Amino acid sequence: MAVVFKKTPLICDVPFHYCPGCTHGIAHRLVAECIEEMGLQDKAISVVPVGCAVFAYKYFNVDSFQASHGRAPAVATGAKRVHPDKLVFTYQGDGDLASIGTAEIVHAAARGEKITTIFINNAIYGMTGGQMAPTTLVGQKTTTSPFGRDEVHCGYPVRISEMLSTLDGAAYIERVSLHDVPNINKAKKAIRKAFETQIAGKGFSLVEILSTCPTNWGLSPVEAIKWLKDNMIPYYPLGVFKEAK
Amino acid sequence: MEKVLMKGNEAIAEAAVQAGCRFFFGYPITPQNQIPEYMSRRMPEVGGTFLQAESEVSAINMVYGAAGAGARVMTSSSSPGISLKQEGISYIACAELPCVIVNMMRSGPGLGGILASQGDYFQSVKGGGHGDYRLIVYAPSSVQEAADCVMEAFEASDYYRVPALILGDGMIGQMMEPVEFKQPKKREQKEKTWAATGWDGSRERAVINSLYIEAEEMNAVIGRLQRVYREIEKNETQFEEFMMDDAEIGIVAYGTTARIVRNAVLKARNDFGIKAGLIRPITVWPFPYAPIADAAKRVTAFLAVEMSTGQMVEDVRLGVNGACPVSFLGTTGGIAQTPLQIIKKLKEIKEGK
Repeated sequence: MAVVFKKTPLICDVPFHYCPGCTHGIAHRLVAECIEEMGLQDKAISVVPVGCAVFAYKYFNVDSFQASHGRAPAVATGAKRVHPDKLVFTYQGDGDLASIGTAEIVHAAARGEKITTIFINNAIYGMTGGQMAPTTLVGQKTTTSPFGRDEVHCGYPVRISEMLSTLDGAAYIERVSLHDVPNINKAKKAIRKAFETQIAGKGFSLVEILSTCPTNWGLSPVEAIKWLKDNMIPYYPLGVFKEAK
Repeated sequence: MEKVLMKGNEAIAEAAVQAGCRFFFGYPITPQNQIPEYMSRRMPEVGGTFLQAESEVSAINMVYGAAGAGARVMTSSSSPGISLKQEGISYIACAELPCVIVNMMRSGPGLGGILASQGDYFQSVKGGGHGDYRLIVYAPSSVQEAADCVMEAFEASDYYRVPALILGDGMIGQMMEPVEFKQPKKREQKEKTWAATGWDGSRERAVINSLYIEAEEMNAVIGRLQRVYREIEKNETQFEEFMMDDAEIGIVAYGTTARIVRNAVLKARNDFGIKAGLIRPITVWPFPYAPIADAAKRVTAFLAVEMSTGQMVEDVRLGVNGACPVSFLGTTGGIAQTPLQIIKKLKEIKEGK
């Protein structure tokens, strides 16, 4: 019988801990497939965050680091400077990257650090149980913004891709979404492009992936996909924000 | 190799280079700036990498990345900056990564002052970051010893996979003395097969990690670390005794303070007829409890002298274990002892005051 689909060996054969309907699983697979298709398994080094993806070192079948909260870009910098010929990538959520880790991500980009960041933006802190994130939309209810995010009280959501694209060291910045198949395909192309940017030594690359959190959004997986499309994309527009020649 | 005249901070940097350190990540803070400055010139000459991080927090995490990738790596800072590094140091300790961290202590708490102090003793030997871990802590008292300790620290840290700390003070960093770079006794180092270098399947997949969510797993890791720490206590404790053979009062002091105490011991004996002696810890963790316990059977009293309000004195008391009285003499704010102040204290002790 012809094999039409199989799991990439770049994802370890262990059960994921992610909630049903969460898009982390898709994002993991896209990253792993890109590494496999580029033939870079023996060159890849992952740096995983604190947050929902804290166990991702158990899933990416490559040499891996688990980093402290927000510091993955600094850890990746250390590893990449030691092994400049390797493919070093961080995988971080929005609490990790856009809140506690803003200094590290901004300066990794500013230095043109030849690493790639996969940035999962689901507008909430997932692992800790659904608190307000820097990316939480105005009006969005979370366990620490129970009346909806009030911009007068706690400001506005941060647009990381737009912000980082102003830095000269950033070579490739794109925002994608996982809400339907065409967009999932686009996301994979973006990840591949980001890895190619790193291998070509052009500078820092980041793919921001709009992602769902059905559990903490209090929605079914199907409703969550719709919520992402209707609410997140208008505030976080998709597209390429930076592409170095 | 002949002796050269160098500042303590520069000697520390050169010693690291000669010990094979090829990666340095730092952030400016007084009084240790000569270390990153020296490294920024020197590293390119030896094919190494110097990188100025955006913060101490980032610098220590770059160290985590480089150490986990198998490199010999160092960072340096001074007290407030070392506080910022503590989370990273705790992760490094749990992930069993070798590296060398230099703390050129200034006075605190808070932003404190930029003058020499020994107020970070507790932070260095009793924890610092969260959790059950230790660092191998060297407290040099001369520029030569600072260089020797740095080279030894790289060897010991690689050997045990335990991070090492050079606990200097502003004085050691800023003074100039002749120094010779002598390679330490090479240890039989294992290949770093645990390092994340890119995985081709020829060894186990490397995971540099400090997360152990299952109680039994965490318990096993801590147990393993503790067994290594007991080995270090057995093999790596270093100290120097000065005129302790016939001493009636034993003094314990480390680093810059020990230099002043040494002069006080000579003067107390020559001019005041007080038979004082000095036990100088070179490693403050592991701490030389045994020679103190031994001497406590012979002396009438112990005195701990520190540039702090009394931190190491607690370890002296543990060593003495009630066998004789233990007094303390301290200064703060960057003020150093004078030999006469120490002698005054010795006289008080002798007269039973």
